[in-house]
Amino acid sequence: MDSNLDIMIQAPQTRETPAANPYLASFERFEQNRLAAPAWVFPIRKAGMARFAELGFPTPHDEDWRFTNVAPIVKLPFKPVSEYSRDGITAQGVQQFTFAGLKAHRLVFINGHFSEELSAILPISNGAKITSLARALNSDSARIEKHLANYASGEDNAFAALNTAFFLDGAFLFLPANTVLEDPVHLLFISTASEPGAASHPRNLFIAEKGSSMTVLETHVSTVENSYVTNAVTELVVGEGAVIEHCKFQDESSQAFHIATIHAQIGRNANFTSHSIVTGARLARDNIRTSLAGEGIDCVLNGLYLTKGDQLADHHMIVEHAKPHCNSHEYFNGILDGRSRGVFHGRILVQPEAQKTDAKQTNKNLLLSDSATIDTKPQLEIYADDVKCTHGATIGQLNEESIFYLRARGIGLDTARRMLIHAFAGEIIDRVKCRAAREELDQLIWQRLEQNPQIAEKH
Amino acid sequence: MLEIKNLHAGVDGKQILKGINLVIQAGEVHAVMGPNGSGKSTLAQVLAGRDGYSISTGEVLYDGKDLLEMDPEERAREGVFLAFQYPVEIPGVNSTYFLKAALNEIRKSKGLPELDAIEFLTLVKEKMKLLDLSEDLLKRPVNEGFSGGEKKRNEIFQMAVLEPKLAILDETDSGLDIDALRIVSGGVNKLKRPDNAQLLITHYQRLLNYIVPDYVHVLYDGRIVRSGSRELALELEEKGYDWLIKEAA
Repeated sequence: MDSNLDIMIQAPQTRETPAANPYLASFERFEQNRLAAPAWVFPIRKAGMARFAELGFPTPHDEDWRFTNVAPIVKLPFKPVSEYSRDGITAQGVQQFTFAGLKAHRLVFINGHFSEELSAILPISNGAKITSLARALNSDSARIEKHLANYASGEDNAFAALNTAFFLDGAFLFLPANTVLEDPVHLLFISTASEPGAASHPRNLFIAEKGSSMTVLETHVSTVENSYVTNAVTELVVGEGAVIEHCKFQDESSQAFHIATIHAQIGRNANFTSHSIVTGARLARDNIRTSLAGEGIDCVLNGLYLTKGDQLADHHMIVEHAKPHCNSHEYFNGILDGRSRGVFHGRILVQPEAQKTDAKQTNKNLLLSDSATIDTKPQLEIYADDVKCTHGATIGQLNEESIFYLRARGIGLDTARRMLIHAFAGEIIDRVKCRAAREELDQLIWQRLEQNPQIAEKH
Repeated sequence: MLEIKNLHAGVDGKQILKGINLVIQAGEVHAVMGPNGSGKSTLAQVLAGRDGYSISTGEVLYDGKDLLEMDPEERAREGVFLAFQYPVEIPGVNSTYFLKAALNEIRKSKGLPELDAIEFLTLVKEKMKLLDLSEDLLKRPVNEGFSGGEKKRNEIFQMAVLEPKLAILDETDSGLDIDALRIVSGGVNKLKRPDNAQLLITHYQRLLNYIVPDYVHVLYDGRIVRSGSRELALELEEKGYDWLIKEAA
């Protein structure tokens, strides 16, 4: 292990003294040791670093982080795992992870490093590319330069800025116009780092040109119970009329910190569906931002969080309607147990030009314990006058009316509760269009719920 | 089959049923009528076992057993069925799955083998014809997005599948147009057998043009103030409830 690459990152003590930021030195060392990347990458990294130094880690004083205190992350030494190691993971071992048994193009990353030996791409034609970003930076430099860090640059997001400065690798997916990828692409991120504070900054870029179509499944898992950090950024460029489904399943160690930024730039008449299924991490924050930049777009953001113990799952969405005649729907359901916490922050921004917008957001929460909490903040910001925007949030326990209705038909109380909890999760899972992924998730979520003693005892 | 003796029940400290007495034998159809607020729906809810009602005095015997001691699911398994006034929408629970689970719970409690998917679908198709329901409804979540009429028909459809001994129909006629009322009551009439009984709870005489009761009871202020034959319903239709209320006062 090259000790030069052990970057001890300390948060800026206050925002007023970014110059004292110890990251800059680390960053320079990091950059010097980095492998050959095109020259244009360095200024982007440097800008990310500078932006991070300005922003610093967010605090609960930031409106966007009011309910999620990242202080425990800030205390960690962000140590990148500098060398690739398979760390005992075999091709067979990979299959135990969610979605890894499905027939799919598979890219595997271990502690942020691309694992060529564990990855497998099915035959593809038509110039589609499914590869690691680090490799693609050399082979597709010009194409990537047009997009990388254009959408999620970290302008208002310190974690994205940090990722921009320090990313090593991630997935690069490119679909030329009118390419239909029959099998899904599966991105599997495995953390095996036993050192507390080990950090990886996966960076993904998906480019789907006009009329193309694909499903991307993304799994985040670990083989260790450890307080590592995953700080991922995914940029999607969804071309005119393209149909993209992105299903992210986050099942990290219950000690881990998971921050993900997803930014989709969507073109006219495209159809974009994002699923965020969260069961893991001690603290998880998903920033999902979609820019509806053409007319006739249909955009669905769908999510489910299942938390227990001291977990916190935070979803922060911004859906920007920039053009007329677009539909966007957000559906997020949470099932919270123990002292766990959920945060839903959904902001719909309708620009003056975006007439005939139809935007909905729904956040429903089921609290299985008296100590679980949820902060929900649906927000509408509308500058056009001919739009239909609705939002709603519910927090509660299982519906007594529904329980009675089921019991009055002969179904026992315990079964009735299970049916309703399953149904509550099912509302979200059912929206996953990729059938194999949907069935696997449905089974998995049900098993997790069944392991929960509260379900039998409380309602 | 059912014997209600001096039943007093209330909710939130408010007394609603103030001494109901009613006996229903197998093969009979009873109608309980009454103005709004007389306690009709409370009676239906208490018989089905909804939480939240306190029973201060009285008892209810069902086939000689203490009905009030039983959980709602036990009552259902013993053959008590409530057609809800406001059927509940249950998003995420598939109608077929729900009804199959219910039927198999009831069969299990009777010591009958559970039906498999094919047997169940055969049964369901046959019963759907009775209520003129579209099979598409069964693919949807329970009652979700159903029209008012579809919800009521779905209640009677469930009754047809579960074959209860005692069916309590709580304002099943309210909100139905004439065609839907004809379908619903036609279904109910076809389900009548010598070994089962029906208790119709209604505000309007109209339903009784389609389902002819053996007995009519008038409920007012938590008590049955008059019982009679079908002619009593016609008399109410003509004169309204006021004359009975005055007599009762």
